[in-house]
Amino acid sequence: MAAHRCGLSLVCILIFSSLAHPSSCDTLEKANDNTATKRSISEVNTDGSVAGEDMNERQWQSTDVEVNRSDGTKTSETFTPAPAPAPARDQFQEELVIRPLHSGDIYASFQFRTLWDTDFLQERQKKVSHYRLFPKSLGQVLSKFSVRELHISFTQGFWRTMQWGQPFIPSPPGAELWVWFHHTVSDVDGNWKELTNVLSGIFCASLNFIDMTNTVQPSASFKPLGLGNATDHRFLRYATLPREIVCTENLTPWKKLLPCGSKAGLAVLMKSEKLFHSSFHSQAVHIRPICQDEQCTSKAWELRQTLNVVFDHYTSGQGKKEWSLFKMFSRTLTEACPLASSSKVYVDITDNPEGELFELSPATHLLSRAVVLGDRRTYSVYDLTRAETFGQLRSFNLLLRWKGDSGDMLRPLLHAERYVAGFGLQTGEIHTVIYNNHPYRAFPVLLMDSVPWYLQLYVHTLTVTSKSRDNKPSYIHYQPAKDRHRPHLLEMLIQLPPHSMTEVTVQFERALILKDLTSSALVPSMVAMSTNFTQDQPLFSSFVPVKEESSYFVRVYTEPLLVNLPTPDFSMPYNVICLTCTVVAVGYGSFYNLLTRTFQVDEPSPPLAKRLANFIRRIRGVPLLA
Amino acid sequence: MAAPLTLLLIVAVTIRAVLFRSSLAELILERVEVVSPLNAWKRVVEGLALLDLGVSPYSGDVFHETPLMIYLFHFMVDYAEIVFMIADGLTAVALYLSIQTYNKNVFRKQKYALESDRYPADCLELLRSPKEMFYIPLKVAMFYLLNPFTILSCVAKSTCGLNNAIIALFILCTLKGSALLSGILLALATYQSIYPLTLFAPALLFFLQRLYIPVNLRRSSFWFFTLQYAFIYVGSLVVITGLSFFLLGSWDFIPSVYGFIFSVPDLTPNIGLFWYFFAEMFEHFRLFFICVFQINVFFYTIPLSIKLKEHPVFLIFMQIAIISIFKSYPTVGDVALYMAFLPAWSHLYRFLRNIFLVSCVLLACSALFPVLWHLWIYAGSANSNFYYAITLLFNFGQILLVSDYFYAYLRREHHLTHGLYLKKKDGTEATLVLK
Repeated sequence: MAAHRCGLSLVCILIFSSLAHPSSCDTLEKANDNTATKRSISEVNTDGSVAGEDMNERQWQSTDVEVNRSDGTKTSETFTPAPAPAPARDQFQEELVIRPLHSGDIYASFQFRTLWDTDFLQERQKKVSHYRLFPKSLGQVLSKFSVRELHISFTQGFWRTMQWGQPFIPSPPGAELWVWFHHTVSDVDGNWKELTNVLSGIFCASLNFIDMTNTVQPSASFKPLGLGNATDHRFLRYATLPREIVCTENLTPWKKLLPCGSKAGLAVLMKSEKLFHSSFHSQAVHIRPICQDEQCTSKAWELRQTLNVVFDHYTSGQGKKEWSLFKMFSRTLTEACPLASSSKVYVDITDNPEGELFELSPATHLLSRAVVLGDRRTYSVYDLTRAETFGQLRSFNLLLRWKGDSGDMLRPLLHAERYVAGFGLQTGEIHTVIYNNHPYRAFPVLLMDSVPWYLQLYVHTLTVTSKSRDNKPSYIHYQPAKDRHRPHLLEMLIQLPPHSMTEVTVQFERALILKDLTSSALVPSMVAMSTNFTQDQPLFSSFVPVKEESSYFVRVYTEPLLVNLPTPDFSMPYNVICLTCTVVAVGYGSFYNLLTRTFQVDEPSPPLAKRLANFIRRIRGVPLLA
Repeated sequence: MAAPLTLLLIVAVTIRAVLFRSSLAELILERVEVVSPLNAWKRVVEGLALLDLGVSPYSGDVFHETPLMIYLFHFMVDYAEIVFMIADGLTAVALYLSIQTYNKNVFRKQKYALESDRYPADCLELLRSPKEMFYIPLKVAMFYLLNPFTILSCVAKSTCGLNNAIIALFILCTLKGSALLSGILLALATYQSIYPLTLFAPALLFFLQRLYIPVNLRRSSFWFFTLQYAFIYVGSLVVITGLSFFLLGSWDFIPSVYGFIFSVPDLTPNIGLFWYFFAEMFEHFRLFFICVFQINVFFYTIPLSIKLKEHPVFLIFMQIAIISIFKSYPTVGDVALYMAFLPAWSHLYRFLRNIFLVSCVLLACSALFPVLWHLWIYAGSANSNFYYAITLLFNFGQILLVSDYFYAYLRREHHLTHGLYLKKKDGTEATLVLK
């Protein structure tokens, strides 16, 4: 009797907010414009004038930004790509960012960026068959399915925003895939279906479970991050698989996409037994078209492979906060990937400007400053393309030793949580709570919620309250679900008042569902964000473009929900079929009887012997017995 | 007679008004026995909210009311409680007047038959007396208004109450002999929930009988009237459907309302036979069994019309009962409508075979519905099979009840022609059997 009630389903929300200047804080269209700007992505510009002018409003947040501008220019100059040979300007960059978190955990974020210098707009005419650094498997997928932009991520674990702050690149729990198709595609759904199946093969993941029941077309939440200002959301498809379990078999194909594989460069650190022995693991692939230079005279495909891990060395290391590359990855670095034009390791030392909190060895004199998520951070830089980084041992093992206790973690500016209220298996209520911890700024937040069809949402019960007052969304886009065909999609634009807690509630009803949906799964959740964009920042800070430094763009994912569903008991389907049919047959039988027969007086039938005798007599033609 | 009816209406309205104001209303609003996906008030409100958001209410899977219903509630949503109470009152009055008319007809016919000496001598005790028939219309109204099923349905604001009102008005117009109004109302009822389409046959038979047109396929007068009535019916159906199209500007409501009724995609538990069967049914056979189950509603119309062609009002009762048993999303409101007719057949009581058993089954089931629902959904100590078992038993009880009344009706007719105390050939007392 216990098996009948443990159907689980998952709901995933992502809240997507754009933090902006009071002057420019407004609608999504504005945010779009940013994306459309020509200079959106480029690493060419080398002027080091980033940090100077944005005397920012963020001082309250960064506890001790001791401006360490000793060599901002020096670092940025390392970013200049060597003037590439004219015909093939493909290039490859790799970097690893390590940030010691206040909780004692260590956040390591790898980014690998491959540029493919090909004019994708004319791609349709001439078949591209020449691949240098760009993986051929993905290149073929791009051209076959006319993909304009592709973002895929696999995540295992729970990103704890309250302890860890915001990650560099957002991704929700499980698998997430969103694709912008080229506007010449006529059968978007067909392409999407095939694409998911192909990607499922490439990444050894169950992306083939993406179908119409979990695919949505957000109208405002997912704008293209690369070139092009396509806003027709008919060419966008978005799906999440919150149940997807990420493991080694997903990592191996992901590593194979790198030009050096896992043979050289930063990728040698990726030993799966270490990476998956972590609190949080997320790997992603982002492909988008970008401009090669500021004037956008030539275009290129950008492939960005990211891998984010959070190691819990505090508890496993008996409370000692020391870590080293070898401890984390059980490997050390010996060389950069020979194909890489840049290969760097960054360590976040923002909290340690004077070296009073911890000590890094080997020490570096290279420093980099970047504005990440509206927050100015300082990084120590180790350039792996230089021989001196590796020292005499020909091996680079970064070591960090804490001297004192670190300060308190600042509360993240924006975070969200959600839960299901109510009891019983019939109805319930989804509560989403969004916190704006900024003391004086209101933020416009675009909320997107995709709920599976087997939870029937009642949008008339939607309430949004901030500071116990009704906060009417200025924009609502709602697409109701179709049973077994389409999930609910709810998008709304809410203004979060400063220093407030906004609660969004909506009631739902659970459907009695079929057997294929009753299996259960647990999904972690994640909060993710994208960073400030300026022209010449390290990779980790240049994904989502934003015009102004103090206005940036954050994407926050909440926990997925686990909802019990009333399920039929499948232990006896034949009994049910038989019994129901019996009752119908009883109805049919009794009506049939009454309709076809007539009332007659019941005469007792003659005994058997007599009937036999009469039967014989009838054959013989003799008169019957009375 | 007007005074008791008024009193009854006042009592009924008072009960409903009190329940609307009580905390029970919230509870009743969600009961799956009382509301189905087709007629839940919550879904009506949702549909209106979607309309306000600029989304077509039919684009999702929530709203399955007809477009006319949206427009009714678009204006009346604040007075919904009053609308539902008026609908119930209207149904009761319509049923009261119909049964009054019907009884007059029955009595007149009986008088003619008696005068022409058509009844066997020992049948006098089967004949109906004006004294006995006097209170029957009031009892019918009372059975409808004070039936807990109706009250629950009204308090839950299930739009089933409105459909019942349309059907009751249709019966009234038919019995009053207005072919035009009857055709229009039948079209409206069909438009609301498809199934009342089977009531076309009894209504036609009634009119033919009333106009003394024999049911003879060779007679032109028969065809003339049939076509006339069919034209009124189909014409008004087309007009109503066209009107909905113009109100909404799209045909979306056809798949969303009628497709939903026929293909049974929503398997939310209800008191019917469909939900658990199709939850357990293998996808491969689904279409076949959908056809088998849906055909049950329409299947009996022709044989019943042939068997009961002299008794169209009883045929109406049979059809309504069959609809409420075999429809895809039945609620207790549907059950209440045909149960209201039971007092009209009180003279069949002596021929009913297992009325005690059936009433016990129905009462026990009604009490067990909420209990087993609670055990399954809230306590978690039972599972869906428990609730299913009760719905199965409830339907079994309904089938027994209806076939029992059918049996009793046929038997009384048999006795009226052949005498009450039948003898065998050898002179001993005979028993009647169906052969």
